[in-house]
Amino acid sequence: MENDELIPAEDFCMYHNIEYSFISSLEDSGLIRVTAVEQHTFIPADELQKLEKFVRLHYDLDINLEGIETINHLLEKIDEMNKQILQLKNKVIS
Amino acid sequence: MDFVDYYKTLGVAKNASADDIKKAYRKLARKFHPDVNPNDKEAHKKFQQINEAHEVLSDPEKRKKYDQYGENWKHADQYEQARQQQQQAGGGFGGFGGGGFGNFGGGEYTYSGGEEGGFSDFFESLFGGSRGRRSHAKYRGQDFNAELQLSLTEAYTTHKQTLTINGKNVRITIPAGVENGQQIKLKGYGSPGANGGPNGDLFITFVINNNTDFRREGNDLYKTEDIDLYTALLGGEKTIDTMSGKIKLKVNPETQNGTKIRLKGKGFPVYKKEGQFGDLYITWEVKLPTNLTQKQKDLFTELSKLSS
Repeated sequence: MENDELIPAEDFCMYHNIEYSFISSLEDSGLIRVTAVEQHTFIPADELQKLEKFVRLHYDLDINLEGIETINHLLEKIDEMNKQILQLKNKVIS
Repeated sequence: MDFVDYYKTLGVAKNASADDIKKAYRKLARKFHPDVNPNDKEAHKKFQQINEAHEVLSDPEKRKKYDQYGENWKHADQYEQARQQQQQAGGGFGGFGGGGFGNFGGGEYTYSGGEEGGFSDFFESLFGGSRGRRSHAKYRGQDFNAELQLSLTEAYTTHKQTLTINGKNVRITIPAGVENGQQIKLKGYGSPGANGGPNGDLFITFVINNNTDFRREGNDLYKTEDIDLYTALLGGEKTIDTMSGKIKLKVNPETQNGTKIRLKGKGFPVYKKEGQFGDLYITWEVKLPTNLTQKQKDLFTELSKLSS
């Protein structure tokens, strides 16, 4: 869903009690998008849910960046497959 | 409320070290965490159980209390009172007269809370509603899921519906073209957040019931229409129903049974693309005449001779 709202990365880190370097690593790996405005980093609101999920995976489950990338990739694949299953189900029942 | 064996939940021995408990928790949490098991209720429930077991066994004080009263948790206060009275009286503690509390079979957990914050009634009774994990963190509320039944006719047009969510009436616009199983998100209509965290979201899944003769595949519609033999042979016109009303179609002479025609833009609306529609495919099914009169039979015989 599109949303133009931006959340300062600094506020996010304070709120979740995490290091900024984690957000930076996620961005470097292409897992999230951030926006830079006058030397400050902002997180687009539509990236928030994904970012919070990565925070939980890393800080609660002790999963490193490579693990997060793998999980994210597999979840995207599962999501895509679920959509295909749904389309096929719709085809069968219609 | 049944006794919950937290050691069994984590698969560790009663004398497990703090490190063993942490390792067992992490291993199980990675397997059952809601983030890696989206839309899996069983995994969510299992994660709650693991989380609760970890909450107790990773905290030395809680673990001590759990180990001390464990299966006799229902009588913990009574037990404590008696112990204090014994101490005041200066005598040794005589215990609870052997048995009577052992009858707590391993039944189903009952949870009063939601997703990650939900603890069993057993836990709430023994420890109250405390929480652990990243202690400064504010948690987003649990997401809710709901189903909304629509007929295919309703899904054809953009319309508004009023839903009652947690006692509040919410008016939502359902765009034309929603598909069966499609989900929309209503931000902030989920469970309230914990520690001042934001509310969860409400996900509505549309269940589309086909109340028409059309078959839908994405944005395209399919229908079979009967035509009589004479129209099929000589050509003619046929009025058919579409989702947007009746239309008159020309039937070409010598139309074969099973001939398919495409009516561009007469299909289903494309989701969130106003003015765009899929196509409607009509398959002609030629119906042969029955109960022929003698004269018809003679004429068909004559026709047959002509073609041989």
